[in-house]
Amino acid sequence: MSETRRAHPYIPNSIPEAKEEMLREIGVKDAEELYADMIPERLRLRKRMQLPDPLMAEYDVKMHVEKMLSKNKTCVEYLNFLGAGCWQHYVPAVCDEIAGRSEFLTVYDGEWYSSLGRFQTLFEFQSMMGELVGMDVVGFPTYDWGASAGNAIRMAARITGRSEVLIPKTISPQRLSIIRNFCQPTVMPSHIDVTLAEYQAETGLLDIDDLKRKISSKTAAVYFENPSYLGIIESQGQDISGIAHEKGAMSIVGVDPISLGVLASPADYGADIVCGDAQPLGIHMHGGGSLCGFLACRDEEKYVGELPSLLISITDTVREGECAFGQCTFERTSYASRERAKDWVGTGTTLWGVAAAVYMASMGPNGMKEIGESIMQRSHYAAKMLSELQGIRIPFVDFFKEFVVDFNGTGKRVSDISKALLRQRIFGGKDISKEFPELGESALYSVTEIHTVEDIERMVSAIKDAIA
Amino acid sequence: MTQNDQQLRRYHAPVWNEPVIMEMGHEGERGIVMPQVEMKIKSAVGPAQSLIPATMRRKHPPRLPELSQPQVLRHYLRLSQETLGMELNIHIGEGTCTMKYSPKLNEQLARRIADVHPSQDEDTLQGILEIVYKFGKLWLAEVSGMDEFSFQPGGGAEAAYTNACIIRKYHETNGELQQRNEIITTLFSHPCDAASPATAGFKIITLYPEAETGRPNVDALKAAVSERTAGLMITNPEDTGIFNREIDEWTRIVHEAGGLCSYDQANANAILGITRAKEAGFDLCFFNLHKTFSSPHGGSGPGCGAIGAKKELAEFLPVPIVTFDGNKYHLDYDRPHSVGKIKDFYGNVQVVLRAYAWAVSMGADGLRETAEVSMINQNYLDKKLLEIPGVTKPYNVKRRVDQARYSLQKLKEETGIGIRDVNRRLADFGVEGIFQSHHPWVVPEPFTPEPCETYSKADIDYWAAVLRRVCNEAYADPEIVKKAPHNSFAARINEAPLDDPEKWAMTWRAYLRKVKAESRERPF
Repeated sequence: MSETRRAHPYIPNSIPEAKEEMLREIGVKDAEELYADMIPERLRLRKRMQLPDPLMAEYDVKMHVEKMLSKNKTCVEYLNFLGAGCWQHYVPAVCDEIAGRSEFLTVYDGEWYSSLGRFQTLFEFQSMMGELVGMDVVGFPTYDWGASAGNAIRMAARITGRSEVLIPKTISPQRLSIIRNFCQPTVMPSHIDVTLAEYQAETGLLDIDDLKRKISSKTAAVYFENPSYLGIIESQGQDISGIAHEKGAMSIVGVDPISLGVLASPADYGADIVCGDAQPLGIHMHGGGSLCGFLACRDEEKYVGELPSLLISITDTVREGECAFGQCTFERTSYASRERAKDWVGTGTTLWGVAAAVYMASMGPNGMKEIGESIMQRSHYAAKMLSELQGIRIPFVDFFKEFVVDFNGTGKRVSDISKALLRQRIFGGKDISKEFPELGESALYSVTEIHTVEDIERMVSAIKDAIA
Repeated sequence: MTQNDQQLRRYHAPVWNEPVIMEMGHEGERGIVMPQVEMKIKSAVGPAQSLIPATMRRKHPPRLPELSQPQVLRHYLRLSQETLGMELNIHIGEGTCTMKYSPKLNEQLARRIADVHPSQDEDTLQGILEIVYKFGKLWLAEVSGMDEFSFQPGGGAEAAYTNACIIRKYHETNGELQQRNEIITTLFSHPCDAASPATAGFKIITLYPEAETGRPNVDALKAAVSERTAGLMITNPEDTGIFNREIDEWTRIVHEAGGLCSYDQANANAILGITRAKEAGFDLCFFNLHKTFSSPHGGSGPGCGAIGAKKELAEFLPVPIVTFDGNKYHLDYDRPHSVGKIKDFYGNVQVVLRAYAWAVSMGADGLRETAEVSMINQNYLDKKLLEIPGVTKPYNVKRRVDQARYSLQKLKEETGIGIRDVNRRLADFGVEGIFQSHHPWVVPEPFTPEPCETYSKADIDYWAAVLRRVCNEAYADPEIVKKAPHNSFAARINEAPLDDPEKWAMTWRAYLRKVKAESRERPF
């Protein structure tokens, strides 16, 4: 055997004997002869790609990549108060164990006869999420909160035949940008007009008067969040839904599901469609690579018929007493109906749906209540401690796990404070002074069940030093 | 029985008959306990309920199941056993998906960024930013000939959507969007090449294949383009495995009409180093890192649709883009013509990391070897399949690149057994069902396997022997196929409730309301 070409460990047929035998069976001399039959010469790449030399040994790949990764710092090494769309919660070991199982990790769409377990697990994800949000229909996990909000708004526009959506100004600018892409530019015939509603400067809650001014018979939906991007618990949900319904519009609520052991479910205050992100439920942050959107709605044909998501329904089999699962109204989806489908569906975030199912089943109602309470007490403790520092203000007091910290009175910039914290191995909250210029030098701090009293006090003390 | 038949293993799926978790457990059981709140915190802020506005307090606890940890684990381990992952079977059936091996090392490496927050200070993200930057600039740019890459889309369909948004932004910037509102695609392009631009607001023109060549001819394209053409979004090779030999002529025609061209290279496995988007004249392309570049499929994500753009269109890519100043890597948000955000943050970076590690283990020759072996595997499998009674390969194109679309119409006509029956029966032999076709089924009783480089000659022989066995059964004993599966996780399902609003149930609560309340004995 030649010393230059070794068989590649991931490619069994890289051994010459196998290739030769197959080529002989096919009846050609080499791969080139086959390609020549398929792809015209003028389209062929007639050079060797200019790429770094391969690392054939697994050990060498490991060393190479680990050396690069060692330039990162993690939220295990540092104390982290960043959230703003991706949050650090404790991930139970059992979630990692199941989401790391070879079968769930490496299956794809699968057939329900050969991958029943995948379908059942996703039905259970749908079922448990349904309990949290109070809805009878929940879809397959989708990309992220922003995409699920975009889908929800387009659903509402199709159902109502209207083309405007009202959104509170407190929305995340990133999420708003995703939504604006879903709503299309004004010159397109199916454009949806996005109107932002003011928030109350004192509370951060939606300005109901402004909502009433802006809502009209053209409004397809009012979209609001609980908690909002700025962490605020929107306590006027019932009123907002009522105002929407009065005008024939829909109420769409985006939620952080980890709050739903203690906060009212969106169905309780009139939501017609619910969306959000399951990342807080047993899923590591992965540098933002583990968002997991979801969509839920009422169990009525007019809603289900407009959902873009794959939907798993329970059914039975020809064997007495045996249950099974299948795709509900597959014709809705783009796999079946191409451009006539409801938006599109594609490879999403199924593995995270599996992790979230394990999380919800492990937590149960008591776990969800306790974690919600724990998060609120810890976040409020952090806010209280910070508010006692000279020049710091907590402008909005009704919040869940994230809160705005107003540093204007300190005369310091958020960016400088964050740099000082970084030297103390602390990731300070997200700088929102550019996103919300009206709040001046402000940051969004995220406190969860993982933050101990010592962690919080260490952060407060580091900030105290930074603003001194 | 032929020799092939005798080689098949005796298989039976693990059947656990596992109940739905909603009816398991016992009140008061706990699967996990979270840290208790310290007294110091409690006494400073008071009870949690007092911190919640009265209207927003949850009145009824969510009816989640209550189980202890061993029972939760056992339940989901059993469900994982009732899932035939790629690593457990010869997963050749699921064509267009490139079910290749995902190296175990790369799972370990991905865990190294599990606890990284995307908004950390750039100085603390240099490792992952370097990987993202280099994978785009050094690797995918060379593989495609494109200049700039973004990894924001979470899958192929979202990548197609992003490219549609870029095409939209380009025409909007030129003041032509109102006029240019049509996207041209082909029927054998992935459905996302029609559905994603439709979601972006475009009208879709679909070109149908000719009976002889399996693809639309150039004249059909010429007739379709006009001053309304915004762009072309096309898969090549298409789902049939047929490579469009005039693809450069297609892009020339579309460019001449003022449109842009987006190449769907979701599955580029058998053309790595062989032919590229650039030479075919494309402005945009995308690769699915969970297909061609080995990141595991995850049961359908998280994936990554890595989009490449020529430098003239780079300004429209979503923000942020990772840049390098010669010393440090940065996240560049200051791109005024960008389409903005498609997905929050900057993509499924753990997927990019795995793809990078895989590519590093390949190099230029390894990528080329991947392509050649996949293509040879396909043509070898082709020979085996066409020897099976009842199998035909529509269209007069002998050589297919990465996969081929076959038909069981002959089998159906001769035995009454079609692809759906065959797929159920395959489960009895421990292989995943075959991908049939996206709709509409212009190839009758279609099936589309893809034997990528992961599979050995023996694997391919075995898989072909399983299909041969089932087709032989269709002729000899069709009932056994019709009544399948016999050895799998569950019997043949009742599909009627799936499309019936009175019966469908996407959650346990809906199921209790609709069905279980009526009959505690039997689900339906």
